[in-house]
Amino acid sequence: MSKEKVTRRVFVSWIFLGWTLFLACLGGLGTMLLRYLFPNVLFEPSQSFKAGYPENYAVGEVSLLWKSKHGVWIVRTAEGLYALSAVCTHLGCTPNWLSGEKKFKCPCHGSGFRFSGINFEGPAPRPLERFKILLGDDGQILVDKTKKFQQEKGEWNDPASFLAI
Amino acid sequence: MLDKLKKLLENIRQTQFVRSIFRMGGGFPRDVRQRMFVMLNNFFMHLHPVRIPKHAIKIKYTWCMGGLSFFIFLVLAVTGMLLMFYYRPTVEFAYGDVMDMNEQVPLGIMREIHRWGAHLMIITVWLHMFRVFMTGSYKPPREFNWVIGVILLLLTMLLSFTGYLLPWDQLAIWGISVGSNMAAASPFAGTEGPGASLLKIGSINFVHKGADARFVLIAGRFIGEAALVRFYVLHCVVLPFTIMIFMAVHFWRVRKDGGISKPL
Repeated sequence: MSKEKVTRRVFVSWIFLGWTLFLACLGGLGTMLLRYLFPNVLFEPSQSFKAGYPENYAVGEVSLLWKSKHGVWIVRTAEGLYALSAVCTHLGCTPNWLSGEKKFKCPCHGSGFRFSGINFEGPAPRPLERFKILLGDDGQILVDKTKKFQQEKGEWNDPASFLAI
Repeated sequence: MLDKLKKLLENIRQTQFVRSIFRMGGGFPRDVRQRMFVMLNNFFMHLHPVRIPKHAIKIKYTWCMGGLSFFIFLVLAVTGMLLMFYYRPTVEFAYGDVMDMNEQVPLGIMREIHRWGAHLMIITVWLHMFRVFMTGSYKPPREFNWVIGVILLLLTMLLSFTGYLLPWDQLAIWGISVGSNMAAASPFAGTEGPGASLLKIGSINFVHKGADARFVLIAGRFIGEAALVRFYVLHCVVLPFTIMIFMAVHFWRVRKDGGISKPL
């Protein structure tokens, strides 16, 4: 048994090294735990979908076909089509299309939006968002929800936000 | 006869069985010191104060709101555990199971006790906070216990919020839609929050709908089954466990910071 003398300097160095490693491990574990909470695969409908042929939509009507699955209204005007997001811009509930009153009405806090998606009553601070809409190679409408267009930013003038017929 | 009974009791007290369970041998305390040791040598007794000052039982001063909050928490813990025997946190079963709790399960009132208890606990916790504020009991040396109290208030609200989704009815889904959208507005961590748009390199956003505070809360872009399971685990395991730790510290600090506060 050798009796080595551990100096204060050596002792403190080891303690410092130990704590550094421990905290590094803890930080790594924390990062992994945080990453663990973000799932890799979502069992949700795809962010883009085919919405049939433009002829299927009657002029002046709001189509409720894709509302429950994709959260999108497809609106047909005389000029063409646009895809409105069915998420209220107040706090994210799903408004209802009231065909009699020609408005979207949110059941949560009473926000109202016109046919165009522009807000006119209730607490919603801005119009409904529109999604990218285009015609696919097979002649079907394609809606891409990863790209959104906001009226208040002037993005509704973007040709991708509107499908002219 | 009485002597024989006393002798019998004394003999029982001296058995290994009794002496191993009660550390003081189960003898009757005869002076202040022994009375104190009774409290200190028993796990369940040591949770209580060794002596109770006269002012502590003045209901007009404390309203017993802290104690009531804890009592309601215990009621919620017990009824919650009982409800877990009948509840399945899936989109298919959740709503039906909750309806069954009301209509089919024996003692269907259990679910109503849990629900009303939850409402009541929010009220008592707020009233407790109000009382502590109005009596100035947040002042030194109790200022840190006020901080723990605020954390407990937050945890109570989060327990209430996470429990709101579990019946999986319209109220639940829209309530959690609104609540989780608020998370999307948190600074830097939420897509719509201030500063989130700064966290990007070139055209790559680090904070987007598929990776932000709202996403981590509901495990998806919409309220769905993943959100239900997440809220279930938070409501039944994570938050109760966390609140118990903070409650332990809270009660311990009440004792150590000079006992229950008294009228000036």
